Amino acid sequence: MTSQNLNVTDARNAPTVKVLGTSELTQERLRAAMWFLVPMLLVLAVVAGWPLYRTIYFSLTNASLTSLSGATFVGFDNYYSSTTLKSGKVLYDGILVDSDWWNAVWNTIRFSVVSVVLEAFFGMIVALFLNADFKGRGIVRAAILVPWAIPTIVSAKMWSWMLNDQFGIINDVLKRLGFIEKGIAWTASDATAMLAVLVVDVWKTTPFMALLILAGLQQIPKDIYEAADVDGVHPVKQFFRITLPLVRPALMVAIIFRMLDAMRIFDLIYVLTPNSSSTKTISVLAKENLFDFDKFAYGSAESTVLFLIIAVMAALYIWLGKVRFDGGDR
Amino acid sequence: MKFTSMFIGALTGATMLCSPALSAELKFVTGATGADIEFAQKTFAAFEKATGNKVTIVPMPSSTTDQFGQYKLWLAAGSSDIDVYMTDVIWAPQLADQFVDLTDASKDVIKAHFPSIVESQTVNGKVVALPYFTDAPALYYRKDLLDKYGKKAPATWDDLATIAKEIQDKERAAGNKDMQGFVFQGNAYEGLTCDALEWVKSSGGGQIVEADGSISINNPKAAAAIERAKSWVGSISPAGVLGYQEEDSRGIWQTGNAVFMRNWPYAYGLGNSADSKVKNQFGVVPLPAGSASDKSAATLGGWNLAVSKYSKNQKEAIQLALFMASAENQKANALFASHLPTIVALYDDADIAAKQPIIPQWKNVFLNAVPRPSAPTKVKYNEVSSLFWNAVHDTMSGKGSAKDNLEVLEAKITKLKGANW
Repeated sequence: MTSQNLNVTDARNAPTVKVLGTSELTQERLRAAMWFLVPMLLVLAVVAGWPLYRTIYFSLTNASLTSLSGATFVGFDNYYSSTTLKSGKVLYDGILVDSDWWNAVWNTIRFSVVSVVLEAFFGMIVALFLNADFKGRGIVRAAILVPWAIPTIVSAKMWSWMLNDQFGIINDVLKRLGFIEKGIAWTASDATAMLAVLVVDVWKTTPFMALLILAGLQQIPKDIYEAADVDGVHPVKQFFRITLPLVRPALMVAIIFRMLDAMRIFDLIYVLTPNSSSTKTISVLAKENLFDFDKFAYGSAESTVLFLIIAVMAALYIWLGKVRFDGGDR
Repeated sequence: MKFTSMFIGALTGATMLCSPALSAELKFVTGATGADIEFAQKTFAAFEKATGNKVTIVPMPSSTTDQFGQYKLWLAAGSSDIDVYMTDVIWAPQLADQFVDLTDASKDVIKAHFPSIVESQTVNGKVVALPYFTDAPALYYRKDLLDKYGKKAPATWDDLATIAKEIQDKERAAGNKDMQGFVFQGNAYEGLTCDALEWVKSSGGGQIVEADGSISINNPKAAAAIERAKSWVGSISPAGVLGYQEEDSRGIWQTGNAVFMRNWPYAYGLGNSADSKVKNQFGVVPLPAGSASDKSAATLGGWNLAVSKYSKNQKEAIQLALFMASAENQKANALFASHLPTIVALYDDADIAAKQPIIPQWKNVFLNAVPRPSAPTKVKYNEVSSLFWNAVHDTMSGKGSAKDNLEVLEAKITKLKGANW
């Protein structure tokens, strides 16, 4: 962190003031680095910055999809507004008082936390297993990545057939085993919809988690374990005292990636349970307002708040978890 | 190599200069439902032969919601990539500003179509899209089962419930454990809006939002109709019906496990296909009504042809739309894909009656067709529909009574309406 700050200062001062101790060579390198960065920054500005700016801009207008250019500025009305009626009654409007919005926020948070915790847990088990030496390890490693490699839309469709209450294989198996009498409408019933989505997401994303954790595990030197074995440390204690602390940086990075990804979940829910209010997340709700309903500005406001939530979460997480993306520990 | 391509380039340029109006490249976008694309290819081959204009098909997923999202984006961006769109019957008011006015172009032929369909495609006196084929649901019933128990096809919803219950119970007692009385579309989606609109309208409860824009849904008759539908769930219909779309209900029906089904015409041909367990064992009648004095109601579905305002070949595109909507082409479509024509006279056509006997029977269904309130609610239709199906779905899954939910629904639609639709 400190060294980065210094660099920034140097770069800013370099052209005008000659800072003592900064050699010609360093300045030369900084200038070169800047030029190498320019194409990437330009690409980022075009593909990320501009859409973000437009979304925020539209969220402050009354735009509809059919008249984007005719949008006029309405301030923060899409977020929150109040009108006082003649009778003295006050009406509130905007996403901050919209029960659909808060329902979506709750669904998103519930989904993200539960799915990421489960994925981290199972991912760790799978990674420990894959880290062990056994015959055919290479094949198993490749095979375990298959769920991750299948495009979400395809696996979601696959699962929606498997979960079907009439023809689905899952109900069929449960019926044959005698657990249930009638098929359960997994994706249709409010009680089981979120469970269905969670199962599919965990199935799909655990391999990704496992892979990142496995990379962390492989960096742990073997001789630490040998020393622990010589001292007679119980394997469970070895895991909590050696493995977990040493794999933590990798685990943290994996969790943060998954968390940011889970917060904006869309495709899985869009295919499995598109209209169920018990699984509607912020992205699904925003899409509905942006394109299905004629409320482009309102949907933009929802997208903007989602962006802010994710940004704040990422910042907090990095700060609290002391995560360094270069894999080391601070 | 270089010279050859230059030569070809020059040649093409010259050809284009010589015959600027002779041939246009048109793009037609449609949902990819097997037979539809195949039929369109035949049509376009004939069109090219007749006019010299080439048409390319841009296939889309068959979900109308997915199509709508994409089309709305294209049109909002003013894209000239697509010349002719195949549009769902409810889209006209929402996309009216983006399509060419076809009133003049169609003035000679429009009178031949069902007036209710033309009306659904007319926004502020402007014909937005030409009817291509139509859809209206009916009640499918098992002839063999009704004969076995000496019953007739029901005329009211209460009759339906009584008959369904009796046959279902007796069949189950006879060892037919999976038998269901009645299957329909109860999932929370556009299909439920269609089904529930039929229950409400056929019981004298209005059509959610009336043609003049007034909100009529909060009334005792509508509430009673929805409560009646709620009583079916778990008795004559499986509890899972609240998650069914068209294909789920057809799945139960076609495996011989339902006495009655509410569905669109497409299920007729499939029900009589070789691997169907109900082949030649079922009939179709108009949907029941609330009471003997009420009229049956069938939600109007169907597809239409609209010309993009941003098309660079509007003249040819209009020509194409007229060609596709013509009586000859609709007849061919009826014979080929059993799509229902929108032209009244074709229901008395001898060839169609011989090859697709179901189509003349469907004429009675159309005469009772009720449009969804897409015309008065304009761009807000999708939201109104979503509020309505959620209120119905909540009621049927036990979250509040129909009376309370309809009162809240009325308040929400009123707020959505604002000063004017």
